Amino acid sequence: MNADDAGARAGRTVYRIRWLPGTDRLHASCFCGAQREFEDPVVLWDWLLGHPEGHRPGRAAAQDAPAPAAALV
Amino acid sequence: MIVTEFARNQWYVAAYGHEVGRRQLGRTVLNEPILLWRTEDGRAVAMADRCVHRRFPLSESPSHLVGDRVVCGYHGFTYGPDGVCVAVPAQQRIPRTARLRTYPVVEQDSFVWVWIGDREPGDTLPPRAPWLVSPDYATVCGMEPLNARYGLLVDNLLDLSHETYLHGGYIGTPEVAETPITTEVDEDAGIVYVSRHMDDAACPPFYAESTGIKGRITRWQDIEYHPPCLYLLHSRVAPVGSPPPAADGTDPHAFHVEVVYAITPSTENSTYDFWAVARDFALDDEKVSDFLRDSNRTVVLQDVAALDTLEQVLAREPDRYQELSVNIDTGGLAARRLLAKMAQAGAVRPEAAAR
Ligand code: FES
Ligand SMILES: [Fe+2]
Ligand SMILES: [Zn+2]
Repeated sequence: MNADDAGARAGRTVYRIRWLPGTDRLHASCFCGAQREFEDPVVLWDWLLGHPEGHRPGRAAAQDAPAPAAALV
Repeated sequence: MIVTEFARNQWYVAAYGHEVGRRQLGRTVLNEPILLWRTEDGRAVAMADRCVHRRFPLSESPSHLVGDRVVCGYHGFTYGPDGVCVAVPAQQRIPRTARLRTYPVVEQDSFVWVWIGDREPGDTLPPRAPWLVSPDYATVCGMEPLNARYGLLVDNLLDLSHETYLHGGYIGTPEVAETPITTEVDEDAGIVYVSRHMDDAACPPFYAESTGIKGRITRWQDIEYHPPCLYLLHSRVAPVGSPPPAADGTDPHAFHVEVVYAITPSTENSTYDFWAVARDFALDDEKVSDFLRDSNRTVVLQDVAALDTLEQVLAREPDRYQELSVNIDTGGLAARRLLAKMAQAGAVRPEAAAR
């Protein structure tokens, strides 16, 4: 629990959100490997925290619409 | 929703070490009145700030210390550092229940941390802010009370875009609001990271005057929030064109400022805003210290004024007021969620709420 953690976060339960430069879009990646782009941070967190629902490792899904959960489980 | 529940079973900063001495200090943390003082051999202790007899505050005069004992100023009940009552006026028998609740205390990095909860902390220690006591840094600090719920301060600190507007002329420049941010949440460690790296930015007066840099700067803001209480802003400033940090982590071409906030909820709508600024340059320059102390205090007071106003507005609105979140709020939303989770995990059983 100190500053050193900042450099050693690989392999942990980490959610990462990058604001894509020059756009209004947010790129979210889950520790499971799932990635997706969003325009609304609230929808983004709903999706990330819905883990594993709607997450498919390595595949970027469609944008912003809440994940069609039933189709993916 | 802004988090309004308190997270119990956590460490909170109740005071700076230098505030706790041979005179009693009263602080309210998570609605609990706490008395802080130092024993004759220098140990900081924390206990309930209400006499068991008629509830007189032990932090108020004429309550006072006699050696390692606290004497209630109303009728003279006297307590040791373990909270046990050792004297009751005009009688020999001391009721067995006559004891004050005590709080686990850790003194670390210039702060006095108290553990607020119903179980013991065990091996859990408060997060670190080592710069505040490091000989390689010079530190200025202060505390401003805030008449607003702590969630507003968390929101405020997790989104530095407001620097451009609320703190223009001090720490804000246009680039701060324009540069995209990266947010990370480490679920295992319970830490929120928010980073904004500006490659070529105007140098705000806060840094221009303290570092002496004349031109444009590379400006990095790396936030590390350890909910509920500790917020660290690793700030790196270097003239544009300076080499980046070396592979071994050293970074001799840049100026480093570690801004630390302890966000301590006092009551539902008041908060202690502890702030500190540590720098790794001009260590012995009193002028730089004075400047950074004054400027940062001014910046903190700008936030306090804004948040006090906001609290008034929110307090008058129905519970589920509508708010809108945009990209700059990504980190704040993450912090709120971790806080809500912690509040839930530490929720008290009703019967444990008493002592
Ligand atoms: S209230 Fe403290 S001794 Fe009576
Ligand atoms: Fe601010
Ligand atoms: Zn996932």
